[in-house]
Amino acid sequence: MDLFEYQGKQFFASYGMPISAGELAMTVDEAVAAAERLGTPVMVKAQVHTGGRGKAGGVKFAGSVDDVRTHATDILGLDINGHIVHRLWIEKASDIAEEYYASFTLDRAAKKHLGMLSAEGGVEIETVADENPDAISKIWVDPVEGLTPEVCRSWVEGANLNPDAVEGTIEILQKLYTAYTEGDADLVEINPLILTPEGKVHVLDAKVTLDANSVFRHEDYAAYDETQTRDERETDAHAKGLQYVGLEGSVGVIANGAGLAMSTVDVVNQVGGKPANFLDIGGGANADVMAGALEVINNDPMVRSIFINIFGGITRGEEVANGILEAMNRVEIDSPIVIRLDGTNADEGRAILEPKLSDALQMEATMLDAARRAVELAKR
Amino acid sequence: MSIFVDENTKVIYQGLTGSQGRYYGLLNRDYGTKVVAGTHPTKAGTDVDGIPIYANVGEAVAATGATASCIFIPAPFVKDAVMEAAEGGVEFIVVITEGVPAHDEAWFYNKLQADFPDVQLLGPNCPGIISPGKCNIGITAGHIAKEGGPVGIVSRSGTLTYQALYELKQADIGCTTCVGIGGDPVPGTTFIDCLAGFEADPETKAVMMIGEIGGSAEEAAAEFIADKMTKPVVAYVAGVTAPPGKKMGHAGAIVSGGKGTAEAKMAALREAGAKVGNNPTEAGQLMAEVVASL
Repeated sequence: MDLFEYQGKQFFASYGMPISAGELAMTVDEAVAAAERLGTPVMVKAQVHTGGRGKAGGVKFAGSVDDVRTHATDILGLDINGHIVHRLWIEKASDIAEEYYASFTLDRAAKKHLGMLSAEGGVEIETVADENPDAISKIWVDPVEGLTPEVCRSWVEGANLNPDAVEGTIEILQKLYTAYTEGDADLVEINPLILTPEGKVHVLDAKVTLDANSVFRHEDYAAYDETQTRDERETDAHAKGLQYVGLEGSVGVIANGAGLAMSTVDVVNQVGGKPANFLDIGGGANADVMAGALEVINNDPMVRSIFINIFGGITRGEEVANGILEAMNRVEIDSPIVIRLDGTNADEGRAILEPKLSDALQMEATMLDAARRAVELAKR
Repeated sequence: MSIFVDENTKVIYQGLTGSQGRYYGLLNRDYGTKVVAGTHPTKAGTDVDGIPIYANVGEAVAATGATASCIFIPAPFVKDAVMEAAEGGVEFIVVITEGVPAHDEAWFYNKLQADFPDVQLLGPNCPGIISPGKCNIGITAGHIAKEGGPVGIVSRSGTLTYQALYELKQADIGCTTCVGIGGDPVPGTTFIDCLAGFEADPETKAVMMIGEIGGSAEEAAAEFIADKMTKPVVAYVAGVTAPPGKKMGHAGAIVSGGKGTAEAKMAALREAGAKVGNNPTEAGQLMAEVVASL
């Protein structure tokens, strides 16, 4: 789950990290009112789940309330990398002496937490990593041992920050690590972390991704889930508990298991088609799940054919077949369906489907043949 | 032969009294796996279809001599269940449960490394392990696998594991052991652990490896294949056409910041000398050619 900047900052603030005063605004008038309460100058910042806001004109300095009105008008509705701006964060402007970068994430290869601290902040860390890798001071933290104060100190002292920033940064990074671990984050990132002319270290931006698997111990995360940006199809699928990713093509894909679903998307591409989606119905394809999946696919106006690719391991072929037929009775399907059914009790399943086959419901023996057929139908 | 498990492996099922644990535990027993015990903190002394339930893994091990444990415990309790298994004295822990928080995974992986370095962890969020005709721990349907080798299989994806077993069985090719390592960010057992196991197993003559987008495990495996493997490897990597930044079902399957693409992984594997199929069927055909030439 990606958090907006303002949510990330509130998350950080709940762990005692210093953030600037600010307010959320959904309209130009709200932005102006917020600026009047905060007192100018302020920053007007687009809230989107993507990077590159600054370059896209989504972050503006406002010296006056009139500036706030102008900038808020420009930024609301702006398209930043395909994300439309619906929310603004109006924040007290800060004086900046220096900009740093700090983050924690899980390094899968090392199977430890990776902390990165760079004296060069405010730019994309990938750029720094490419052009000046020595500028990034890295630390690998054993999840069992945690980040001890001594280790944190030596890490920060080795990062070539302005000496005035060292104590403040140590304090913030200790809190950042606590927020990262206690909060079950996949990523916490501060870019920039700033040193003010008065010598204070301060959090100026927040990027936080939380682990959706940890929601059971963080009830408040449900509120973040509601603010995720999804297209209509994804919202529909999410509500039905399906693993769904919207794509741009015309072949609707349904498969059981994430790997097979990914592979099905690959194969549709390989035989010259364009998948409309990735959809994993998981294990046990009962009629309800199958009907839900078919509904989601059917509601996508781009879909011209549907490819159901099932490999029953523990899922039984006859249940899949009955599920598909029942789902077709419940949902009026606009596009022809091609089924490939293999694995456990596939013969029984095919025997059930056999008498029902028609232009609207076709069956192929292999994944490749079925993909070719579905692609051909989508092109008609 | 087989890796990690064999016909003598005695298994405890943590969560045998739950619906999933019972279903698969009994199915595994029907397959021939020695399912010797289940655990439940308040149901000690009872049984599940004749399989005795003990209060914890330690007591179950003491009573049965079990060496492995299979975990069907809900995600919030997996962290404690894994440590209970290790402290109870088993050598091999298979975690089927999906949805375990990544920080928990990282924690118990490192805790095991520190305190129980000889314990082998498989999963979480994996289909388990099957050595056809000998032992099946987890949720793989046993009948889709042909016994006797000569191919070892290791896969990050459950359904593609089945697909691989099935493709091989259709071609009348048997499997020594098939290990589903799971698609989570911090899997206990890695591609390399399995490749090393297969390289050392005299009955395994070739290895089928199924990867997917995300992380760098396939690249690390490629390095191992180039340096250490004398046996032929056939690979397939799912997710060639996955869009960046989107999680494709598995928590680990995501292309982020241009890293973890299927193309890069396939290129690394090819460079290491593996034959790479563009889809599971092609990989199956490639393996059939390899086996025919052995």
